Amino acid sequence: MIECKNLTKIYSNGEMKTYALRDVSFHIEKGEFVSIIGPSGSGKSTLMHILGALDTPTSGEYSLDGHEVSALEDDELSDLRRNKIGFIFQSFNLLPRTTVLRNVMLPLLYSDLPGTEREKRARECLKYAGMEEKLFKNLSNQLSGGQMQRVAIARALINNPSIILADEPTGNLDTKTSHLVMDALQELNQKGHTIILITHEMDVADYANRIIHIRDGMVEKDVVNNPHDKII
Amino acid sequence: MKFADLFKETIWSLAGNKVRSGLTMLGIIIGIASVIALVAIGQGAQNSISKNIEAIGSNLILVNPGAQRVGGVSQGGGSAQSLTVEDANAIKSEIENIQAVAPAIQKRSQVTAKGNNTNTQILGTTADYLTVRNVTIDSGSFFSDQQMKTSAKVAVIGTTVRDDLFGTDANPIGQTIRINKMDFQVIGMTLTKGGSGFGNQDDIIYIPLNTAQHYISGNANLSNISIAAIDQNSMTDVQQQITDLLLARHKISDSASADFTIMNQNDIIATATSITGTFTILLSSIAGISLLVGGIGIMNMMLTTVTERTREIGLRKAIGIRKIYINLQFLSEAVVLTFLGGAIGIFLGWLASLAVTHFISALTTSISLSSIFLAFGVGAGVGIIFGFYPARRAANLSPIEALRYE
Repeated sequence: MIECKNLTKIYSNGEMKTYALRDVSFHIEKGEFVSIIGPSGSGKSTLMHILGALDTPTSGEYSLDGHEVSALEDDELSDLRRNKIGFIFQSFNLLPRTTVLRNVMLPLLYSDLPGTEREKRARECLKYAGMEEKLFKNLSNQLSGGQMQRVAIARALINNPSIILADEPTGNLDTKTSHLVMDALQELNQKGHTIILITHEMDVADYANRIIHIRDGMVEKDVVNNPHDKII
Repeated sequence: MKFADLFKETIWSLAGNKVRSGLTMLGIIIGIASVIALVAIGQGAQNSISKNIEAIGSNLILVNPGAQRVGGVSQGGGSAQSLTVEDANAIKSEIENIQAVAPAIQKRSQVTAKGNNTNTQILGTTADYLTVRNVTIDSGSFFSDQQMKTSAKVAVIGTTVRDDLFGTDANPIGQTIRINKMDFQVIGMTLTKGGSGFGNQDDIIYIPLNTAQHYISGNANLSNISIAAIDQNSMTDVQQQITDLLLARHKISDSASADFTIMNQNDIIATATSITGTFTILLSSIAGISLLVGGIGIMNMMLTTVTERTREIGLRKAIGIRKIYINLQFLSEAVVLTFLGGAIGIFLGWLASLAVTHFISALTTSISLSSIFLAFGVGAGVGIIFGFYPARRAANLSPIEALRYE
């Protein structure tokens, strides 16, 4: 499903070369729930950008669903992101002053799908992500943090992606809401979705079945996790 | 679907900031409205000037004395005393394709009647002048041949002179006016020709040519000779014949040192047209500059929008919307603004032109379709050019950087 081989990312600033990632290799199977954890500056964000096809590695190979991503052009990367990856961001990134439905339908813009079909799909995804139907026509800035993240999850699901990439999805939420959102992600995983979670908090990472620890741009350890051990 | 999406997104984002969109549009509205209104005024001025000149007379050729030279120093055009009644008679008898020849003596003078006075043009001429200059008698009559021969002290006055001396609606026929301390009897009045200022052809008093020679100028020299050709086509030929004839009569072999100048009405119209044309260009360049400023306003707003919506652009790119659609969306915002502004601008420009026609009676504006197309085309061009850079900037943002933008 996801195959990373010797991923290396170098940022050069004149003569200075900084290794953000150094020979990172791992493999993720379909249906896995993987947390990538590391302190800030560990290179986990760079890894997230590469896994999310937002950036390409300096060297090494990354294939998603059998597509070699590191060799793709700008537009091909866009298409890949749209069709294969669902993003969930720390700061939700919903369009302000815009209805819930419209936010969820955003990735379907410029597609050949008719408007009614778009709305039908958006409604399904919102219900799937646990949103109440009476909130569908609300503006995004009238929602609570937890509701916003559910809208973001619904948006991530709308193109039925191969992987869901969640970048610190609980970073802006209080503890109680964080657990609700994480429960929702866990539920998605149980329904068969592949989820990659990037975080620096151990108790968030603990929801996954596998935790990859990143430090100084390298894989420190890659361990199987039993999510039932979590302390709430 | 794609086009509909683009359109909806554009309207949605413009409506999201109505005040800013409105103000930006105002720049374009003012630009386009002023181009259309000013070009219409310029064209109207051009038309009315041509019409005024045509009112002087049709197929008119005018011979003026040349510049007098005193010891090699030119005294200015018209100062030479080189044209005589004999010249006029020769033109009349020897040249073909002419309708009428009117020799004239012109002089400004103070005129009084019944305690009122005015300073006006005294024109001594013959009955042919009516034909040459399209003058029509409104009431009374023009001078008879008898009055011409006997240097009778009779006058035909224009309507402005009537208004000045006797008051509007008064009947001047049979009244007496004093020119140069001599009494003249008013025997006729001409029909109003229109025109104003220097072009006022109603502020004039006609007297017989011989009378003018005896009592006004005191000599036989003419101020000018007006000739009417039979049609437009023979003008050039007639003008050439007159030149040759007068050169021969004045015994001048080199046409460069001629002691007279010949102008035809087409030359006058061409000169006036080129002056008003320059005027129109001047006006429309000023309007064009305001259109340019409007365009810069659009670019300014679009750049602000791009900066303000950096995170949104980052999100759109991250969830896989292709670069071209980001580019098109911002470009179409600029284009919709200019098109809306352009449409409103055309309407307001048209209203302004109508208002000018309505409130300024001397000027009938004429809105040309070409100025509408030009203004709209330039406006759309301005929108696309000034929208292009911000749109490209938005499309080329890196999604990672854009999402991090605070």
